[in-house]
Amino acid sequence: MEKFLIFTVVGLTLSATYAVIASGLVLTYATTGIFNFSQGAIGMVAAFAYWQLRFDWGWPTPIALVVSLGLLAPAIGLAIDRGIMRGLRGTSEATRLVVSISLMVALIALANLVWEPGRSRPMSTFFEGSRVDLGITTITYHQAITIVVAVLIAAGLRFLLHNTRIGVSMRANVDDDALVLLNGAQPKRIAGISWAVGGFLAGVGGILIAPTLSLEAGSLSLLIINAYAAAIFGRLRSLPLTFVGAIVIGLTEGYLAGYLPGDNQYFAAFRPAATVVILFVALLLVPNPRLRSRAHLREYFPPPSRSGMVMLAVVVVVAGVVLATTLDTVSLITYGPVFSLGIVALSLVPLVGFAGQISLAQLSFAGIGALAVAHHGHDGSPLGLVLAVVLAAAVGTVVALPVMRLTGIYLALATAAFAVALDRWLFNLPDFSVGPVHVRLFGLGSVSVDPLRILGHEFDSPAALLMLSAVVFAAVSLLVAALRWSRFGRQLVAMRDSEAACATFGLNLMWPRVGVFALSAGIAGLGGALYAMQLGSVAPARFDLLNGLPIFILVVVGGAGLVGSALFAGGILYGVLPLTATLGPVIAKINSLFPGFTGVGLGRNPSGAVPVFSAAAGPLRNDPVVLASMGVAMAVCYVLRLAEVFGNWAFVVLLGVALVAAMVVARRRSSSGAQGPGQGAGAGPDPEDLEWVGVTEPFTPAHLARMEQVLDLQSVDLEGAELDPVGGRDA
Amino acid sequence: MLEARGISVRFGGHMALSDVSIDAPAGQVTGLIGPNGAGKTTLFNAITGLLTPSAGTVHIDGRDVTRLKLHRRARHGLARTFQQLELFTMLTVRENIRVAADIHHRWSPEPGDPGVLTEEIIDRVGLAAVAGERVTALPTGQGRLVELGRALACRPRILLLDEPASGQDETETERFGRLLVEVASSGTAVLLVEHDMSLVMEVCSNVHVLDLGQILAVGPPAEVQRNPVVLDAYLGTDTGGAP
Ligand SMILES: Nc1ncnc2c1ncn2[C@@H]1O[C@H](COP(=O)(O)OP(=O)(O)O)[C@@H](O)[C@H]1O
Ligand SMILES: [Mg+2]
Repeated sequence: MEKFLIFTVVGLTLSATYAVIASGLVLTYATTGIFNFSQGAIGMVAAFAYWQLRFDWGWPTPIALVVSLGLLAPAIGLAIDRGIMRGLRGTSEATRLVVSISLMVALIALANLVWEPGRSRPMSTFFEGSRVDLGITTITYHQAITIVVAVLIAAGLRFLLHNTRIGVSMRANVDDDALVLLNGAQPKRIAGISWAVGGFLAGVGGILIAPTLSLEAGSLSLLIINAYAAAIFGRLRSLPLTFVGAIVIGLTEGYLAGYLPGDNQYFAAFRPAATVVILFVALLLVPNPRLRSRAHLREYFPPPSRSGMVMLAVVVVVAGVVLATTLDTVSLITYGPVFSLGIVALSLVPLVGFAGQISLAQLSFAGIGALAVAHHGHDGSPLGLVLAVVLAAAVGTVVALPVMRLTGIYLALATAAFAVALDRWLFNLPDFSVGPVHVRLFGLGSVSVDPLRILGHEFDSPAALLMLSAVVFAAVSLLVAALRWSRFGRQLVAMRDSEAACATFGLNLMWPRVGVFALSAGIAGLGGALYAMQLGSVAPARFDLLNGLPIFILVVVGGAGLVGSALFAGGILYGVLPLTATLGPVIAKINSLFPGFTGVGLGRNPSGAVPVFSAAAGPLRNDPVVLASMGVAMAVCYVLRLAEVFGNWAFVVLLGVALVAAMVVARRRSSSGAQGPGQGAGAGPDPEDLEWVGVTEPFTPAHLARMEQVLDLQSVDLEGAELDPVGGRDA
Repeated sequence: MLEARGISVRFGGHMALSDVSIDAPAGQVTGLIGPNGAGKTTLFNAITGLLTPSAGTVHIDGRDVTRLKLHRRARHGLARTFQQLELFTMLTVRENIRVAADIHHRWSPEPGDPGVLTEEIIDRVGLAAVAGERVTALPTGQGRLVELGRALACRPRILLLDEPASGQDETETERFGRLLVEVASSGTAVLLVEHDMSLVMEVCSNVHVLDLGQILAVGPPAEVQRNPVVLDAYLGTDTGGAP
């Protein structure tokens, strides 16, 4: 009985913290429609700040509390609203979500920069050591304070929302500023206030829970998962139900801590994942959300042009060859993931970019691919790769089926929950059997992976594997582009704007949703399998949720609907960032902030960065003479590099100089040329100019038709000549 | 033919529709008029299955579809346009219509070539000149034609049009009226929500008047227009009244 009461108190204390954090989440979501993934991270920063003031600098507790809770936490909330979230009106849910996930990633990176990880930062609880005797059991002051604070906050929020004018209009909420305006309130002020209150609540939660855990940026930020689970009970809108959810989750965790047999490997690993399972189940109970309609998105992604895709594929393969022949073994391993994890990035293009669905679990599917190739690709059997795709797609389907009726934020949360369940629980289990199916996992450590062997040729060196993944990346890019040109692709893009309209034509939305999810999981599995071959031996930590977020962020930053965005993401994350990091520790530190901060900037340009680059390089692509000269110059550099005339740094610099010079010259020529291309693509019959349709002006089938005519391309028939009726007619 | 019986819809405490019944016989254009906020769009949503009414039944050609989901109802021949345009913004006019034709092709028992159907419809609704444009480049009036084209691509037996002529100028509206009559005469039941009274007078055989979620009057347009209850409802609430 004593034990039961002790763990009840432990559970209720956790509940109190989750409730506080989750109520902030619900408040901002209900009033601004933005789901704040960084809620936990704000609490984490407040906790670090409190530690700094109170324990490192020795300030008195009340002052430290006032500064970290009363000033810093609300200020962060306000700054997020003013600086970032206001720019997000009219963007897709994916964009908004990416911004708030990026914020989390940025705050974690920032905290790791200021408070170097790995150092011990002891933090005592409030009134450490003192206990209150309740007669039936005793409870620490800290636990008592936590529970009392949660009750006070519940009462305070109730008062705010029911008894103050501003609170009443906050309840009126929502997606509809006009409606709120009618009630005489000011949406901007309401948003500001709810973000400030949300930040404050995050801070309270963070400071209360940090002393009982360890002060670690990543894990404190991921507490948010527990808070989400609570908020889902309240359907992200109801505060009382959110408190109920928090109690369920906190108590579950408390009792699991007390009663789960710690010596059983299967159960012991389950405890940290329990919340996630509750979250997943809670999501299954969410009623059908309204169909997406009237999206009116600011983002626009033109379909890929055929010539552009050919060029992309060629550039990727050539880049693979150049990298494979110039890099030493260590660098080959460093930059290896450019294409393999680039394929994981590519898996997001159809899902996020075309269909507007969100998955945060792509790296987990990659992990499944890695497992498949580890266990079934012995001696390089290609069956391993095939199974990587099939198994990842199959698991994707199984995950997707129950939650596919959900969309947007709920789907994002379900996939995040799945990812966390894998990396906290399933991936750490010993092998097991379910009936006749024997599931082999990472064997509690890491598993080794054999390199691929096709027709007797073994890809057994890092160079060969890099080239292999470049070729596969190019092939999958073409596949994704072909998907966009196909009937199915058109339908996905249509659903992205209005599922409601698609359903009124008689479309059962379930199948395309599940289909694109499974396809995307399969592609991610393929990328994961290649990545695993490059590593030679893989452990589950490679595939956890936090590692996957930068890929998601950068694909969206690049422009999720554009195939080039995957190259952008892979190139930056696994090429440019590690490369520049070798220049010095300062740059390495700045680099660590990059994914988060670029994601935060997305609101300014929701169509992504790739079109900006493409536009900058536009004149170059329109100028065959300069383009050819550049190619020759680069080829000469390459030959000289192979002849060991200079090293890799000089090679990189020379390539950069050649590219920039070519762009400058091309720009000069295009602006001075009498009939410079780039002027009025709609009027002139200039063939090259067509390549930039979509960047310079909206893309139309007329352009496509002209392109085909001018470039004399034959249709790539993937889904029965889909394009003909669309493109061929008004040429 | 479409029969909706006793439809009631509640938003929180607000009864948006109470016990509304409406018929739209095949081969005719049936009008549904009423001031803004009367509940016309809500009725369309309830009929098509976009929202679940608290009471009422919907029959299509005598078959009860009340329990069917949105896409199942569509497969029974129900199509609609949206007052707030639901265009596919990434796509061109042609592709917008093609998406609908493709989907129809998948479930229809007698599918034609969706490419051919698309071109037919583009000509029929008069969008040939802009077929290659991205829909976001079009003015609202033409956007509504794209929506009509998409609905027609499903070869509907019942067609619900929610203020399809708003945003069109006079000549466009005239053309549009002729098109409606033509669609109806091929055997389709058309239910038309419209503020342009002259269009309603011209094309509708029968008109239902909805106000504050209740049917005020039903009858031929000329008769409804003289109905004192209707005049009363319109006076001061809406300027789009009788000419
Ligand atoms: N989703 C909704 N939630 C709450 N009220 C709604 C919703 N949709 C419509 N209403 C209300 O229902 C009433 C009828 O609206 P609507 O059907 O759009 O009218 P109409 O199309 O005749 O102009 C209005 O008072 C409107 O405010
Ligand atoms: Mg309406």
